[in-house]
Amino acid sequence: MLDFLSLIGHAFLNLLRRLGFLTIFILWSLSHCVRPPFYPRLLIHQMINIGYYSLPVVGLTALFSGMVLALQSHTGFARFSAEEAVATVVVISITRELGPVLAGLMVAGRIGASMAAELGTMRVTEQIDVFVTLSTNPAKYLLVPRILAGTLMMPFLVVISDIIGVLGGYLVGIHELDFNSATYINRTWEFLEPLDVVLGLVKAAVFGFIIASTGCYHGYHSRGGAQGVGAATTHAVVSASILILTSNYIITKLFFAG
Amino acid sequence: MILSKIELSGLRKTFGAKTVLNGIDLQVKSGESVVVIGGSGSGKSVMLKCLLGLLSPDNGSIKVDGEEVIGLSPRKRDRINRKFGMLFQSAALFDSLPVWENIAFGLIQGQRMNYDQGRAVALERMAQVGLSADIAELPPAELSGGMRKRVGLARAIATAPEIILFDEPTTGLDPIMADIINNLIVKCVKELGATTLSITHDMTSARKIADRIAMLYNGKLIWTGPATSINCSGNPYVDQFVHGCADGPIAIR
Ligand SMILES: Nc1ncnc2c1ncn2[C@@H]1O[C@H](COP(=O)(O)OP(=O)(O)OP(=O)(O)O)[C@@H](O)[C@H]1O
Ligand SMILES: [Mg+2]
Repeated sequence: MLDFLSLIGHAFLNLLRRLGFLTIFILWSLSHCVRPPFYPRLLIHQMINIGYYSLPVVGLTALFSGMVLALQSHTGFARFSAEEAVATVVVISITRELGPVLAGLMVAGRIGASMAAELGTMRVTEQIDVFVTLSTNPAKYLLVPRILAGTLMMPFLVVISDIIGVLGGYLVGIHELDFNSATYINRTWEFLEPLDVVLGLVKAAVFGFIIASTGCYHGYHSRGGAQGVGAATTHAVVSASILILTSNYIITKLFFAG
Repeated sequence: MILSKIELSGLRKTFGAKTVLNGIDLQVKSGESVVVIGGSGSGKSVMLKCLLGLLSPDNGSIKVDGEEVIGLSPRKRDRINRKFGMLFQSAALFDSLPVWENIAFGLIQGQRMNYDQGRAVALERMAQVGLSADIAELPPAELSGGMRKRVGLARAIATAPEIILFDEPTTGLDPIMADIINNLIVKCVKELGATTLSITHDMTSARKIADRIAMLYNGKLIWTGPATSINCSGNPYVDQFVHGCADGPIAIR
């Protein structure tokens, strides 16, 4: 019994320690975000990589989530003869929650993992060490563009994801559930709150920051060859996902439930 | 009095229970070329990494131009590191950049040179290390091991640093190319007035480029002397290493 307790205590302390390191790492890289030199080329490169190339993944996720949401809520509401609520449910859930969270999780898998793998490989092949002999700060060159691009591009992805998600619900509503197109659109407009969208975008920026900084953190501090890079990638995706879900709850609690 | 360019004293470094460097004392004078020889795993690369601040030693002092560099703030460390160029044992080229940008990296990113000028310098350095210009656009992953080594070498000398560290510059090269590289290192020292500290297993190379040779064994420099006297060092460890015999005082574990 005591063993078990000490195990939990150990895990908890370990978690706190990791969070501490992550926080220090984040503050350290943030301090580099505001001090020159800047690398606009690299920033643009990362923005294209994160924003543009994630569109298919994020778009498909949003499309099918919107579609399935319409189907499922229709089944549920039909019991109370409240089928008209489908449009409302779709638009509110997508803009408030599903858009940012699903996009966040997909991007964590796509971008967080690739950042961790790329930086991890650079670390174990000594490429990061080389920077010091070339008068370049690796934090500025490698980390700042990635973290900035992640934070800036996630809101963009979430806007797209919102639109496509609502569209998915609409398509199912019209073709499967025999809604009238005009009524469905009206209902959607009526319940589309600008504040919901804006908060969704705030969430998105936070998630983008989380994804890029955990990816960078685990990659930058990886060690021990291919195995170490693999572990860094896993940790990056797992911790980004957990932090996304936790911070999502916190933000929702602060702003929606107030 | 000539100030030492690099001065290591009492340098110690352990990894866990394993002592890799156990009190290294070494002085390198300005414009001098010192070669450190020693068995595989004896800690030669670790010594260079301590010098660059990539590893922090447990004990001892490292002075560059008379200035203590252990425990410097990152900004001051940065200023010191500008004096260094280094060829890593694994070359450690940036695989996201083509060959020429690898070579010009320190000029373009570190010294804010523009791309065209940087490219011109890179091509010049490539010619110096015997690489043809048509590989300039290739990614490093498409090069052979020896070519990568030469790209690393070109990158290390691109910014004409005051101190150049070579970690096994000739391993993986054919004998002719090795000789070209040896000549190049000698030339760097003469023309740039650079101070070099090299590591090698290759005795031909050591004899050619060294003013002085030091032998690292069991965490200590057990012998240091002029390159000309390496054959008559009177030290059984050095003799065994120089002649490459399996029998002798050096036990291979
Ligand atoms: N980061 C590290 N963590 C733990 N041990 C290390 C680390 N780096 C080096 N070592 C250990 O230090 C010892 C010396 O390594 P080093 O790379 O300096 O050898 P070397 O003299 O350069 O050998 P070689 O000629 O084969 O390159 C090795 O036994 C190695 O296991
Ligand atoms: Mg080595």
